[in-house]
Amino acid sequence: MNLLIIAIGAALVNNVVLSQFLGLCPFLGVSKKINTAAGMGGAVIGVITISSAICSLIYDFILTPLDLTYLNTIVFILVIASLVQFVEMFLKKTSPSLYEALGVYLPLITTNCAVLGIALTNVQNGYNLIESVVAGFGTAVGFTIAIVIMAGIRERIEFNDVPENFKGMPIVLLTAGLMSIAFFGFAGIL
Amino acid sequence: MNKCVERLYNGLIKENPTFVLTLGMCPTLAVTTSAINGIGMGLSSTVVLVMSNLMISLLRKVIPDGVRMPAFIVIVASFVTMVQFLMQGYLPELYDSLGIYIPLIVVNCIILGRAEAYASKNPALPSVFDGLGMGLGFTCAITILGAVRELIGSGTILSTGSSALVKIPESVYTPASIFTLAPGAFFVLAICIAIMNRIKAKHGMEPAKVPDYCTKDGSCASCSNTMCGGKAFASSEDKKEA
Repeated sequence: MNLLIIAIGAALVNNVVLSQFLGLCPFLGVSKKINTAAGMGGAVIGVITISSAICSLIYDFILTPLDLTYLNTIVFILVIASLVQFVEMFLKKTSPSLYEALGVYLPLITTNCAVLGIALTNVQNGYNLIESVVAGFGTAVGFTIAIVIMAGIRERIEFNDVPENFKGMPIVLLTAGLMSIAFFGFAGIL
Repeated sequence: MNKCVERLYNGLIKENPTFVLTLGMCPTLAVTTSAINGIGMGLSSTVVLVMSNLMISLLRKVIPDGVRMPAFIVIVASFVTMVQFLMQGYLPELYDSLGIYIPLIVVNCIILGRAEAYASKNPALPSVFDGLGMGLGFTCAITILGAVRELIGSGTILSTGSSALVKIPESVYTPASIFTLAPGAFFVLAICIAIMNRIKAKHGMEPAKVPDYCTKDGSCASCSNTMCGGKAFASSEDKKEA
């Protein structure tokens, strides 16, 4: 039950993009078309789930015993960067079709603040391995939901009559603001 | 010396990271619930930006090209950790209110972007001023955003809990607290950029674009695949359209 609350909380109630403002760069930059948005979402789900697990293991079994927890920012970012490279090579060898679909998004994810943000929040909340993985997966699903909805709306906005000064960035931000209000509705779930 | 002044002007106005380049959106939106938070975040990012630009510029001939991204990340992360500890020690209240966004300065696109675009190609002094200009431009922008959100959302400016620079009494104005919550961040930034677009249109300049996450024009700051230069993504987009 506790795990379910963590997952729903991470995916909907505290949506990573719309209420915590993590991962905004890809949210704004890769949301032009639904196809690419979904691809990015899929890659983010994979990377965040694996990196939450590995960062949690490293924190519990290497950094804590050695009393080096203050190094967590540096260690996590390096782990995430090398993990992404590794996943990319692994996919290329074992599953070329999956690599074709998600591969181009992988390097983009390395310095995505959502990935590092989740690893650090997990540590702050004192989650164990399983809780970290569930929280990571839930967060990534929340990211995917948000970016796909955003891409759907942007495909329609293309043909609307937007005031000259609001074209481009401002209208996208206004859309995100309205989505964020909508996601407030989920706060009643928990 | 002219070059240094030019760099400052460039960061503050011409290529203002928030209003013109629309980079580093995560901290911009997340910590601007009050003007104090904006100043704190802006100045800590400025310190990291100046120090890492200096270090990267000094080491630019030592770092091999192939591993420059990981090297930059380690340099930036070390300075961020130092700033984090200094803040925790001397400004614990600010540290608590900025929370997780302090370690996340590491992945701020502005910092790695400047390292890649400027500091790794230029001598130390201009790089320091480049970092200073960009950092102050960022600080000004998020302080303005923070002040606007604080004024509409809680009726104060530069409030420190007990005292405030400007305080509108509740009887005159009822604060619209949604502006200190997540949606308010999006709305205020949207309107600020729209105003900037209007000013720019009058001077015949291009309006702010949604930054493509990965394009050929060099906005690859958030990507570890530095050899690609936007080609991989562009070709995959073409394939999907066909």
